[in-house]
Amino acid sequence: MRTPSAVASALLAPVMLLAADLARAADGGPDASVNWHAVVMFIVFVAITLWITYWAATHTKTATDFYAAGRGITGLQNGLAIAGDYMSAASFLGIAALVYFNGFYGLIFSVGWLVGWPIILFLIAERLRNLGKYTYADVASFRLRQGPVRTMAAIGSLIVVIWYLIGQAVGAGQLLHTLVPQISYKVSIIIIGALIITYVTFGGMKATTWVQIIKAALLLGGATLIALGVMAHEGWSFGKLFSDAVAAHPKHLEIMKSVVPIGAKANPIESISLGLTLMFGTAGLPHILMRFFTVTDAKAARKSVLYGTCFIGYFYILTFIIGFGAIVLVANNPLYVVDVTKNVLALKGGSSMPAVYLSHAIGGDFFLGFIAAVAFATILAVVSGLTLAGASALSHDIYANVIMKGRATEAQEVWVSKLCVIGLGILAVILGIAFEKQNVAYIVALTFSIAACANFPILVLSVFWKGLTTRGAVWGGYVGIFGSIGLLIIGPTVWTKVLGMGAAIFPYDFPTFVVLPAALIVAYVASVTDKSESAAKERAAFDLQEVRSETGLGAELAAAH
Amino acid sequence: MSELMTGKIQSNPKYHRLVKRRDSLAWTLTVLVLVIYFGFILLIAFAPGFLTQPIAADSVIPVGMPIGVGVILASCLLTGIYVYRANRTFDPLIQEIIKEASK
Repeated sequence: MRTPSAVASALLAPVMLLAADLARAADGGPDASVNWHAVVMFIVFVAITLWITYWAATHTKTATDFYAAGRGITGLQNGLAIAGDYMSAASFLGIAALVYFNGFYGLIFSVGWLVGWPIILFLIAERLRNLGKYTYADVASFRLRQGPVRTMAAIGSLIVVIWYLIGQAVGAGQLLHTLVPQISYKVSIIIIGALIITYVTFGGMKATTWVQIIKAALLLGGATLIALGVMAHEGWSFGKLFSDAVAAHPKHLEIMKSVVPIGAKANPIESISLGLTLMFGTAGLPHILMRFFTVTDAKAARKSVLYGTCFIGYFYILTFIIGFGAIVLVANNPLYVVDVTKNVLALKGGSSMPAVYLSHAIGGDFFLGFIAAVAFATILAVVSGLTLAGASALSHDIYANVIMKGRATEAQEVWVSKLCVIGLGILAVILGIAFEKQNVAYIVALTFSIAACANFPILVLSVFWKGLTTRGAVWGGYVGIFGSIGLLIIGPTVWTKVLGMGAAIFPYDFPTFVVLPAALIVAYVASVTDKSESAAKERAAFDLQEVRSETGLGAELAAAH
Repeated sequence: MSELMTGKIQSNPKYHRLVKRRDSLAWTLTVLVLVIYFGFILLIAFAPGFLTQPIAADSVIPVGMPIGVGVILASCLLTGIYVYRANRTFDPLIQEIIKEASK
């Protein structure tokens, strides 16, 4: 099936591509500045992850190995991998940038992105492990009709995964291109696409998990060092850090009073809707939910959320210090700012750079190189997790259970899954290139809204509410998916800013406060009015499901090896 | 999983105690997180003046900052409480239930 030499040559391809680019970089003009520290550390990271992929490929034999790392991941490992999956470059560079420009407002996002985790633990983590096999659709469709429920769940997953991928790919391309200007945006994205296809097709969930773990450790370590550097500079005093930031920021004390982005009007409904979206969206992201199938048992699933929550919470507190540190050390500095006489905040290379430049201000080229390499590692890891989640929705839900109705062999399913990984990887590259100059600010709202309004409520209802029927799950799910998309299109981010059609028909950026209740009501009404025979059977099957969900009896076992 | 074992488990009062206790802990903690978080969000939405006042007359730090960090710490603490309770109370109970059902 797979020979080591075939694996090795496929593993080498992206490195060759990078080497070719670097050779071109070396011939760059006089103003071409390559951060060699970043390049070397990035290559070291790539080499290590490819070695892990090779190891994982030789240890991936069954479908359970491929999708769920043989269910041999421990609580601590999965906690780190969860943190690795969740602490995307968007949250590292993004929250630091949000704080850099808006001050206090950034903390509202950090808090919202964290509070979904306790909910995941209390309501779904253990039950997912006990009921599911590879995808959250396994759980949502446990006692319901496979075809319609899995189709709905897979559509929800794929929309989230593909848009999330676009956001990551665009960010990655811009970052790589900014730091090594000789590598074009296109080539940057192709390198990333080739690497993730390699990791995931050969190494499956094992490689993906270990890439996440290494990246989480690097990111936590790197962010800690930056924060320590900031605090050392500020004489270990938060009071001094914040008063220096207030003095340095052009908006001065306003950065301590920003409950909305600076310059925006306060809007209570928007704040509440944002809160709902961040909290429940976290609990409905398919690549996050998939992580709970990789652990040995429900107990490990539970522990992994505790570790994950603490790592992520710690990281968010660091990003807050980093953002304020950047106001003190990066803003006003002509080395990083485009033109200090015009705008002391606007940075060379774009608005996501505050954390990267802060690392330079603290530790020079070497540390900047390290942080840049960590940022690439972050993107690679998150994109791998997303690609695997998208591929399993296609292969496990759509191919194996909807099209083949469970008759596909394990080998066929894994083979289809690998094809889907390649397809999604190529799609991510194409879309990443197509969306280079597009305004992608709506991506967080889109992905988190669908996750919060479709994936999360249907999952919770199917686990806790005996009355849920196939009709309720499917109708409720589609209201969540298409309600989110529809209201986003006629909302200010897409209607006004992307399409330029003037004032938005629906005046809120985050539609969750309308769509989530609508999805729940539709799921409820469509279920209770469902008098069909199959609906009665589905309700009757709840008790059996509950025994497995609560005790883990009959749950998928960890592989013996 | 055999039908027989499932039947045995369902007729075991310990199982119903487990479901009741775990669900009540899970939902209580869920409501607690919702109250804490939406308390924070509602302050942002309706009483921003409270959050933006400085913690002391000579400080620039707003009240909202320790509260926000507090919500993050509370999230970690509450997940810790659940894991502690589940490890100590629920896991042994599940073991017993399964053992009794396999007799």
